[in-house]
Amino acid sequence: MSLPDPTEVRSALADVGYLADDRIAQVVFLADRLAKPILVEGPAGVGKTELAKALATITDRRLIRLQCYEGLDESKALYEWNYKKQLLRIQADSDKDWTEIEEDIFAEEFLLARPLLEAIRSDSPVVLLIDEVDRVEIETEALLLEILSDFQVSIPELGTVSATTTPLVVLTSNNTRELSEALKRRCLFLHISYPEAEREKEILLHRVPGITEHMATQIARLVRSIRGMDLKKSPSVAETIDWARTLLALSIEHIDEKVVSDTLHVLLKYQTDIEKAMKALGATVSAAVS
Amino acid sequence: MIDLLTDFIGELRAAGIPVSMVEAIDAMEAVKHINLGERAALKAALGATLVKSARHDEAFDVAFEVFFAHHRQAGSEESPASRSTNGFSSEAGGGGGEADLDALVESLFQSLLQGDLASMEAAARRAVTEFAGIEPGRPVGGTYYLYRTLRRLDLDALRDRLLEAVLADVDPADALDQRLAREDVESMIARLRKEIQDEIRRRLVADRGRLSVARTLRQPLVEDLNLMHATRSDLEDIEDVIEPLTRKLAARMARRRRLLRSGRLDFRRTVRKSLASGGVPLDPVFRKSRPHRPEVFLLCDISGSMATFARFTLQFTYAMASHFSRLRSFVFIDTVDEVTRYFGPGIDFGDAIGKIATEAEAVWLDGHSDYGNSFARFQERYGAEITPRTTLIVTGDARNNYRPGKPEVLAEIRSQARALYWLNPEPRSYWDSGDSIMSKYESACDGVFEVRTLRQLEHFVEQLSLPGHLTGTRQGTAQPVANIGR
Repeated sequence: MSLPDPTEVRSALADVGYLADDRIAQVVFLADRLAKPILVEGPAGVGKTELAKALATITDRRLIRLQCYEGLDESKALYEWNYKKQLLRIQADSDKDWTEIEEDIFAEEFLLARPLLEAIRSDSPVVLLIDEVDRVEIETEALLLEILSDFQVSIPELGTVSATTTPLVVLTSNNTRELSEALKRRCLFLHISYPEAEREKEILLHRVPGITEHMATQIARLVRSIRGMDLKKSPSVAETIDWARTLLALSIEHIDEKVVSDTLHVLLKYQTDIEKAMKALGATVSAAVS
Repeated sequence: MIDLLTDFIGELRAAGIPVSMVEAIDAMEAVKHINLGERAALKAALGATLVKSARHDEAFDVAFEVFFAHHRQAGSEESPASRSTNGFSSEAGGGGGEADLDALVESLFQSLLQGDLASMEAAARRAVTEFAGIEPGRPVGGTYYLYRTLRRLDLDALRDRLLEAVLADVDPADALDQRLAREDVESMIARLRKEIQDEIRRRLVADRGRLSVARTLRQPLVEDLNLMHATRSDLEDIEDVIEPLTRKLAARMARRRRLLRSGRLDFRRTVRKSLASGGVPLDPVFRKSRPHRPEVFLLCDISGSMATFARFTLQFTYAMASHFSRLRSFVFIDTVDEVTRYFGPGIDFGDAIGKIATEAEAVWLDGHSDYGNSFARFQERYGAEITPRTTLIVTGDARNNYRPGKPEVLAEIRSQARALYWLNPEPRSYWDSGDSIMSKYESACDGVFEVRTLRQLEHFVEQLSLPGHLTGTRQGTAQPVANIGR
């Protein structure tokens, strides 16, 4: 299924449980039209990876995921020759001429496809998710460049493998370091930050079945207020959802200071942050009393 | 359209956003696929293709507002009646009648209270017409008109009224709800302010043309802000950028030699591994070389002349402390004290700053910088703890108040350490002017860097990573870095 226009994209994403804002829908639509990768950047837990998953669902494509980490290399990202199998082949054909064997052992049969090559070779259209690309070293980024701009992989012994169907590529980054210019140039850039209170409320209503409108509004506003503080780590959307679920499980119908102080640790993961938020929220209590 | 886009891209570049040729072509391509009537779509398309860093979003927003202002022309929706008041107000030097003012404030109040954005915008437009007193061709900046408009509207009073109205609906015992309501009001006021600002900008564009307005609105990007004169809100922006930078620095300094196969062959493991391939040692295994553990000593001048910069360096130190297990920090004015303990994990930055200001003993005599004494004291108290693995970083302006500089002490400290770098927040041309004795210290340093902006700090971090510098021999270190520093 191709994506007809941004509004459709948005409603299709909403159908599978991903509430996109206008900008997200626009960029996704453009990425499909221009056949360009999307580089999604933003703080942890705002739904960057979810976007790729939702995209795969709405376009009915298979999702291939490459999780990046420090030390990722060619043989784990692109392809690797199956040495053992090649060795067996050499031993089995030991009476044959070398040139003949050489031709045999560098065939597709002996190639172990890793996620990137797999995405290129796939017959059915795919969504390729390259997750947390900022974790690889800057040198390793270069591996991705050929795929991102031309959707092809060059294997010296075999030649160039081009994509049969254009994959939809999504790269995510937590912005722990600047990515290289070369990589950025090849991508459409999408910065996702924490949602507005209104949209967060929608997300809560969508993702936490059984929550009341009143609670969703209150949680969203409270979280926005907490994000406004100077914290080590602001609560992510995922943590907001967890918090909402917790409150629902405790069958709380209205949030007051006591509820906050009892459950804030679901939302904030650092002791200093919890203390700071308590103090800020508690300060208004004493102000109101005096 | 092409001309317009080319101008727009030119403006982005002038504002400091790097836009490559390929990206410009992408933008043109993208524009073909969207509905040009939709402003949001255009913005998304241009934003996604031209701006590749969230840091530049703000500069992009401003440029976009100027170039692709709302299609409705400024002021065109107004009724003839308000046009006549417009004529009147310009005669009276931008002061609408009191009755007008009250009516306008009232309508603003109502629209904000009901969250009616459209009517709020309309009211904001009217406010600009009535009170900004924009005179065509007069070469003053937008802030002047903004100030005039806001002074008449009196946003503080409006905020109080709104707060009162909103709080009336809230249970007074419910402190949480009250806090939230207060924040809602704040954000509404901020929105109104922004709308007025945008409206003024649109009119200036209509009056002077977009290129000239864009030029006056240009502001330095975060990475080009001068750290010596940064305002509080600048520092907040900087905070967001600093975390990735320290991580980079940590990674660079701790860079293990794993890319090089320099370790010795591990025979036992090679044989074990070869069993999987029938006894043929396909992948030789090498002994891993021990990871290099960098040790960093940071010395920050926190005297009065360095106040803003000191806050920044301490911020930097604080961020670095979470990446280096062996980072020790010291502050000095005319004597030196260790402050490592204030930057432990889980300690809030604000608290740390407060503690350093009150508890650290950086003052000995009179609280004026004395680099000579500070270095002497440092050598005396901590000199024995400097090892050949220690990298020293000094930040300061080297303004010594005409006291003995004792560069020989610094040279002695240097001789015990792996390397010594000096970061100076003053422009290079000011060095050695007045009481600055930078050149005396320079010979004792492996590298002296002018670090006035984040970009320059990043440059310093990058220099460190070049092979043969921090990880290399000492002979190899001194020469190239000093050259680059110059």
